[in-house]
Amino acid sequence: MDFNSDHFSLFELPPTFRMDAALLDGRYLEMQSRVHPDRFASAGKADRRLSLQWATRVNEAYQTLKKPLSRASYLLHLADHDLGSENNAAMPADFLVEQMEWREAVAEARTAGEHHELEHLHHRLQREIGERYDELAVLLDDRRDLEQAADRLRRLMFIEKLLIEIDDAMVACEE
Amino acid sequence: MALLQIVEPGESAAPHEHRLAVGIDLGTTNSLVATVRSGLAVVLRDELGRPLLPSVVRYLADGSSEVGYEAQAGQALDPRNTIGSVKRFMGRGIADIAGREAMPYVFDDAPGMLRIDTAGGLKSPVEVSADILRTLRLRAEASLGGALLGAVITVPAYFDEAQRQATKDAAKLAGLPVLRLLNEPTAAAIAYGLDNSAEGIYAVYDLGGGTFDISILKLSRGIFEVLATGGDSALGGDDFDHRIFCWILEAAKLRPLSVEDASVLLARAREAKEYLTCHGVAPISGRLNSGEVVDLQLSTEIFAEITQTLVAKTMQPVKKALRDAGLSVSDVKGVVMVGGSTRMPQVQRAVGKFFRQDPLNNLDPDKVVALGAATQANLLAGNRAAGDDWLLLDVIPLSLGLETMGGLVEKIIPRNSTIPTARAQEFTTFRDGQTALAIQVVQGERELVSDCRSLARFELRGIPPLVAGAARIRVSFQVDADGLLAVSAREQTSGVEASIVVKPSYGLSDDEIATMLKDSLAHVKDDALQRALKESQVDARRLLEAVRAALAADADLLAADERARVDSDIARLESAALADNRRQIMLAMDDLEADTKDFAARRMDKSIRRAFAGRHINELEGDSVAAKTGEVA
Repeated sequence: MDFNSDHFSLFELPPTFRMDAALLDGRYLEMQSRVHPDRFASAGKADRRLSLQWATRVNEAYQTLKKPLSRASYLLHLADHDLGSENNAAMPADFLVEQMEWREAVAEARTAGEHHELEHLHHRLQREIGERYDELAVLLDDRRDLEQAADRLRRLMFIEKLLIEIDDAMVACEE
Repeated sequence: MALLQIVEPGESAAPHEHRLAVGIDLGTTNSLVATVRSGLAVVLRDELGRPLLPSVVRYLADGSSEVGYEAQAGQALDPRNTIGSVKRFMGRGIADIAGREAMPYVFDDAPGMLRIDTAGGLKSPVEVSADILRTLRLRAEASLGGALLGAVITVPAYFDEAQRQATKDAAKLAGLPVLRLLNEPTAAAIAYGLDNSAEGIYAVYDLGGGTFDISILKLSRGIFEVLATGGDSALGGDDFDHRIFCWILEAAKLRPLSVEDASVLLARAREAKEYLTCHGVAPISGRLNSGEVVDLQLSTEIFAEITQTLVAKTMQPVKKALRDAGLSVSDVKGVVMVGGSTRMPQVQRAVGKFFRQDPLNNLDPDKVVALGAATQANLLAGNRAAGDDWLLLDVIPLSLGLETMGGLVEKIIPRNSTIPTARAQEFTTFRDGQTALAIQVVQGERELVSDCRSLARFELRGIPPLVAGAARIRVSFQVDADGLLAVSAREQTSGVEASIVVKPSYGLSDDEIATMLKDSLAHVKDDALQRALKESQVDARRLLEAVRAALAADADLLAADERARVDSDIARLESAALADNRRQIMLAMDDLEADTKDFAARRMDKSIRRAFAGRHINELEGDSVAAKTGEVA
């Protein structure tokens, strides 16, 4: 195994968007239990430095593969496919209108302090995100349509930000 | 408990002597030192059989000092020179200390960290903490009969970079090698988890004398994984004492107090708080130097009422940590209570109500952190028995970032990132021909630099003059397993480089520590030269042992000529370690380190290649097996 190998090879997993989360967790822990600095706390300097580098590397790989969006970005990066800009101009108008409507609904619920409504929006959005992940899996793993995948990924990044906004609004209501 | 198998066959073949390692809980109110003896973690007691060491140091005019109970007894008598709760001053400037006007100390605003003007001279919080640590070290050495290989020292999980670095400096000053800085709630989780074979999501609620932490952990098959942490490094039992103190002033209608009288009343307030743990009403009485008499009754109801906002203040970080972990109250299997302040009934009630379950109190909240630290120290020192193994994965509590244009913060490493971690980001120049760049490192969650804590400032010079936006400056952050940060910057086109171990802007420089070390020698019955020699001998033996174990396991990874060099280095270090020349020992260690560097890298590669070799068995145990790939090439 090479220190500079890609994140998937590091954990000996196929480079796909669909991911067995339990398998990834298990491999991460197996790997970390071998390289973690706590294993080398009373070792020599060279061992300690290597351990720090490897443990850092393993954490980075795990964090990248664990979250679906960063995993998808990373797959595109491995394929040398530019994700493109994240600005509005790149987005189709109907998508942007839809996003605007979502944001208005969130802002309204937040101002009115409607925690239930926010929770409802949260669940709806999460369902939508789930469906979009499935779509992304087909594009990345089955059809290898990177152009379309990049487009869907950019949209998902928008939607993910919206989800954070909803969470923040729920917190604001609680306080 | 089923644990991960990580020892390679042959690696643990050579039996070695038990290495002396301790865990230290350096607390706001009390400190403890513990070790593992015959497989059992125990707190080491002083010559009078007392487990706790009050974290109080009194400095006298003749340059001597008193630490612990002796100093505590002098607190009311000599409040100005008797420093308590010094943990609240670690890594802090004067402006950071809330309520300092009410404190009896004479503060001096040194750059970076405050100093306290005492009869024994100006004292940095690091020096005061070092005096406490030194007392614990001497206790441990007397009790264990030898020099320590090292200590695991606990810090609040919510301690920032400055506070962690200050703690490490204090250990250095006290002549204590640090194996690891360990977060207090994580230490408690180890003690609790290993004792109870706990599995699942646990919350550790740790309210100490001056700090509050909440950590959410996932415990599974010997892995302690911190998912999120939060807290307030300036909230603890002291604040509850202060509320009672204010209540007394008001209820007894007292005139402004002298520092001595204030000190007496504060002690009464603390006694009343402790009394209320198992009584409904606490009497508070006494005669002050001013002639005024205090005779009051404090009920648990009033106590709960006047401290309600403090208890509520702990619940905000709890909610935030749960949210950061992506979990809800119903996911939490148990809530472990840590820290003496969790004895207060109103705290127990509030936590129970929030988590909708009775908190776990079956471990002594005063000792559990030290016991967990001792257990971890034993593991890090390499004393673990076969099959007795676990792994800790901890996180950083606060985001780390850089100042960008307009005083805004660009986060580089977000809070709750698993450590060790590293992240790099590219920046560019904003003026044509710009040849230098100031880099300001900050810690905190806010968007404006002025709302975050500034950690360090350094400059990258010698950037080739280019048009604005053409230079590519890569700034890299590395956080190690102690949660400490190192930052480096490199201009990509020219290779100009600058780096910094984040420290000088707020902490103590190595020179300052060296001076303090020299100063303290005059007053401490402790021969530093002898100590340094002993330390290097311990280090040498540790290195020899590590290299021998490596050779026993992986001799095949060395060519004949490499092996010959290593063998001769070993022989030289062996004889140096027996003599009394520290320099010779250091030189021989350097040589052995240098000649085994490549060997270490090859061993690491081999270990990693083997990582998944035994996985088929492991994964078949679970039912998650999907892919079946062949042996690792």
